[in-house]
Amino acid sequence: MSDATEAQLPPGLAAVAADFADTPREMRLELLLEYADRLKPLPEPFASQTDLMERVEECQSPLFAIAEVSDGRVHVHATAPQESPTTRAFASIMQLGLSGLTPEQVLAVPAAAPLQLGLTELVSPLRMRGATGLLARIQRQVRAAISA
Amino acid sequence: MSKVPFDPTPKFQEYATPGALVSTEWLAANLNTPGLVVVESDEDTLLYETGHIPGSIKVDWHTDLNDPVTRDYVGPEGFAALMSKKGVSRDTTVILYGDKSNWWAAYALWVFRLFGHADVRLLDGGRQKWEAEGREMTKEVPTRPATQYPVSPRNDSELRAYREQVIEHVNAKGCMVDVRSPQEFSGELTHMPDYPQEGTLRGGHIPGAKSVPWKRAANDDGTFKGVADLRAIYEGEKGLATNDDVIAYCRIGERSSHTWFVLTYLLGFKNVRNYDGSWSEWGNAVRLPIAVGAE
Repeated sequence: MSDATEAQLPPGLAAVAADFADTPREMRLELLLEYADRLKPLPEPFASQTDLMERVEECQSPLFAIAEVSDGRVHVHATAPQESPTTRAFASIMQLGLSGLTPEQVLAVPAAAPLQLGLTELVSPLRMRGATGLLARIQRQVRAAISA
Repeated sequence: MSKVPFDPTPKFQEYATPGALVSTEWLAANLNTPGLVVVESDEDTLLYETGHIPGSIKVDWHTDLNDPVTRDYVGPEGFAALMSKKGVSRDTTVILYGDKSNWWAAYALWVFRLFGHADVRLLDGGRQKWEAEGREMTKEVPTRPATQYPVSPRNDSELRAYREQVIEHVNAKGCMVDVRSPQEFSGELTHMPDYPQEGTLRGGHIPGAKSVPWKRAANDDGTFKGVADLRAIYEGEKGLATNDDVIAYCRIGERSSHTWFVLTYLLGFKNVRNYDGSWSEWGNAVRLPIAVGAE
């Protein structure tokens, strides 16, 4: 992978990639679990009504996400069951990596960004489909929000 | 022969192979039995890290048992290296458990059997039941001394069906069990309800297959149904007999491992093969016959 491609990751996601790159191989699942534990609880009204959010169909577990744009910044909310920690970790990484960015910055994130985090070998390509699906849906929601 | 005793739970004694299951009670009392290793195998690879049965090790279906390049399992050297690293010996009693009613645990058990590992058992009810009963879980990962697991041939011929063999089986009007949901069987969906619609170009089922969703063999707590209920479904309702040559399939082979386990170990069917290529291969293959509808 070229440096030019990696440079396109926004700072938050680049930090995640660096975090995994700097962690010894055998500790990386532990790190992924730490990210899972950092997924923020849903704010209202989403906490009471997950149907206001979008189901990420690419994911094997029930994952719901919504990206809001307010004051020129993107805010990502997501939820997945406790028994699906890998899914929660993907959601948390996208929340940490994309929230607070401008819509333009979020839309500039390369579609393959989840594959650049150093997780593919760790969890298997099949399980990465959920993460790339999540990013695509967040970007589409942001596009819709700014064109509304 | 295994030195680890079998679980005497009365329900298990009715099955064709009483020693193929252990109960949560038995396992809790036998965690420190020498020669026994508990293995967790899940759909979600992080579940083990969130907490697991004390002393258990993890074998991940995707990253440990699959070849990283070809769609196939690891070879004899790879399996021997994995077992040696995990501290499992050829005569170890391996007790498997996992999430999702033991789908992945049954899948891993089936792969262990491909390599001829003799003593493999499932925890009845899996992770769900152990957790529901409030039994001890730990995040501590045990360090087991490495072993010298012998390089053992992978014998696919008895337990595994390839696409070509399934085609022959269709032509010979052999018995087949499609364990997917009714909607997948009919062709309405290409994945189970509430799961992603992924990657299969055509919906439907292999002509001649009988629909028996895997879940019919399980109770809501993840345990297996009793032998009378199982016989009523597979033998009474579907007309299968223990001497039949049966092929089971689903989408990628994990749910059909669950049914393979039921037919082989609980009902004593002698010739059951799991078609792990399953619908993700058949439904994408050019010019293979497909049937649609509920029958």
